[in-house]
Amino acid sequence: MGKGRNGILRGGKDPERYRRYLNTFILHFRPRNVPDRTLRFTLTWGLGGMAVLLILMLFGTGVLLKFAYHPFPDRAYESILHLQYDIQFGQLIRNIHHWSANILLVVVFLHFLRVFFTGAFHPPRQFNWIIGLCLFLTVLLSNFTGYLLPWDQLSFWAITICTGMFDYIPGAGLWLQKMIRGGPEVGPYTLTNFYAIHTIILPAVIITFMPFHFWRVRKAGGLVIPRTPEETNETRGEMVPSIPNLIVREIAMALILIAFILVLSAFFNPPLEGKANPGLSPNPTKAPWYFLGFQEILLHFSPLIALFFIPVLMIIALVSIPYISYPSSTAGVWFASSKGRRMAIDATVAALIATPIGILVDEYVVNFAVWMPSLSPVISQGLIPLGIVLAGFYGFYLLLKRRYHASKNETVQVAFCFFLTAFIILTIAGIWFRGAGMRLAWP
Amino acid sequence: MSEKKTKNIKEEQFPQEPSRRSFLNKLWIGLGIFALLEFSLLVIAYLRPSKTGVKSGDHETIIEAGLVAKFPLNSVTAFIRGKFYLCRLEDGGFLAVSRKCTHLGCTVPWLDKEKRFACPCHASAFDIKGELIHPPAPRPLDLYRLFIENNMVKVDTGKRIKRSGFRADQVVYAKKVQT
Repeated sequence: MGKGRNGILRGGKDPERYRRYLNTFILHFRPRNVPDRTLRFTLTWGLGGMAVLLILMLFGTGVLLKFAYHPFPDRAYESILHLQYDIQFGQLIRNIHHWSANILLVVVFLHFLRVFFTGAFHPPRQFNWIIGLCLFLTVLLSNFTGYLLPWDQLSFWAITICTGMFDYIPGAGLWLQKMIRGGPEVGPYTLTNFYAIHTIILPAVIITFMPFHFWRVRKAGGLVIPRTPEETNETRGEMVPSIPNLIVREIAMALILIAFILVLSAFFNPPLEGKANPGLSPNPTKAPWYFLGFQEILLHFSPLIALFFIPVLMIIALVSIPYISYPSSTAGVWFASSKGRRMAIDATVAALIATPIGILVDEYVVNFAVWMPSLSPVISQGLIPLGIVLAGFYGFYLLLKRRYHASKNETVQVAFCFFLTAFIILTIAGIWFRGAGMRLAWP
Repeated sequence: MSEKKTKNIKEEQFPQEPSRRSFLNKLWIGLGIFALLEFSLLVIAYLRPSKTGVKSGDHETIIEAGLVAKFPLNSVTAFIRGKFYLCRLEDGGFLAVSRKCTHLGCTVPWLDKEKRFACPCHASAFDIKGELIHPPAPRPLDLYRLFIENNMVKVDTGKRIKRSGFRADQVVYAKKVQT
């Protein structure tokens, strides 16, 4: 171990070399320098990074769970019990997996909001918005397929009604339902399908699209540069080295998040009800919490509208956001402008008021099916209420546009805020305000 | 040269590209798409749920519910194995209704005190004939084929029959014994 030998044993005498190795390793996936202004926490809130970390934790705990879980109806539930009670740290691993999955949904959703409100979908980031939407869908499907695996009453019936909804999609709906269920009913083939999708197909999709998503960020020159509405787009400002400025911040966020998940997992167990019983449906039977917005919509509109038209409209709207012809790129400005800020607040408040009123009115006052029995329910409970909602929004939209003399940047934001808030209220109603028989009730 | 006379329109738009190359390129792309389609069909055929191997009418799917006399009038008896209810109406006729709610597939219990099926999921309700008495279910409960042989009520659970409404010919009556 003298001088002149190149080997790891030299370490004690040459710490600088290790630091260099570590730095060059990090610099394989981090730029050498980053704009100082993008280091500000309130630009991204670290949400994208949190999402990546959570996915890694899910992969890690998922692999461990794979050693304990048996994907068969007469063994799945028992294998979870065995994991929780007999395997050392089994309960902890399951808890981490469950909380990471649910927090990931929230984080990814907030990241989606942040990207929208900072205008990080304007060129050259348009296609990355689409990739992001695909990743969002993948995370949603991962949560959904994982939900069935414990095979308890909660899982079995939630998946029964969610796959039951496919029946109402015109054309290929029934075929899709049979493919997903592996048969006419939720059963052993459903479990096999969901297990394969959850543990292999979706991870493969994530592993493919996530690096693509990151690469597109790098290609666009990194994070969107925050600015006030008056500044122009192109001032990158001062550049600082990633090591240590960016890395230290990222490590700090990562450690905080890991600590948070561990504490949560140490104290709170995920639900596990009785073993699945196909002969007994619980009252009420609810979809997983992230789908309760849709279940709530289903309670107000006919199935064809709620399960086909509305989702299709939502997808078209989301996909087209980057491709609308905006008068200018407001990338980097929170809420596009100060006008945009005020309009966004107006739209949010309007939806906060209109949505609960709409829910209550539809529940207790209006009953189109009875008032117009001659019309098919698709029209009386579908197109007519949808028409009323859209007409109401359009009126509000025109009002705001005229009042503020707003441009497309702000008005698209208004539409986004309004419907987003409405959807959140509907989800809250579905989670906490629906009780036995799915009637409105205090939580 | 004679090739120039047989130039197609594409050639005029891309005068640089020789027609043979573009034709071969298009051929490759076409074959590639065809291969992709073939692969997709293969995967779908593989993933498609196989027929369970039990066809309607097999002895395995036909359940012997019991002798006609065993079922009182205006009663509903649950059969867990067959996933159906055997309903005997006031006039003695029989109906075998599925236990799956036609809304989203929850299992509907029969509430004897209220004389109706009430779904716990979204409060759909059906009467003893399986007819819809409360939404949001879109149609009455499905039926299974029921027949009576030698005074024994038999139900074929192999095939579920969807119906848009109740019709008198759906009910099965035991043949009157000639005295």
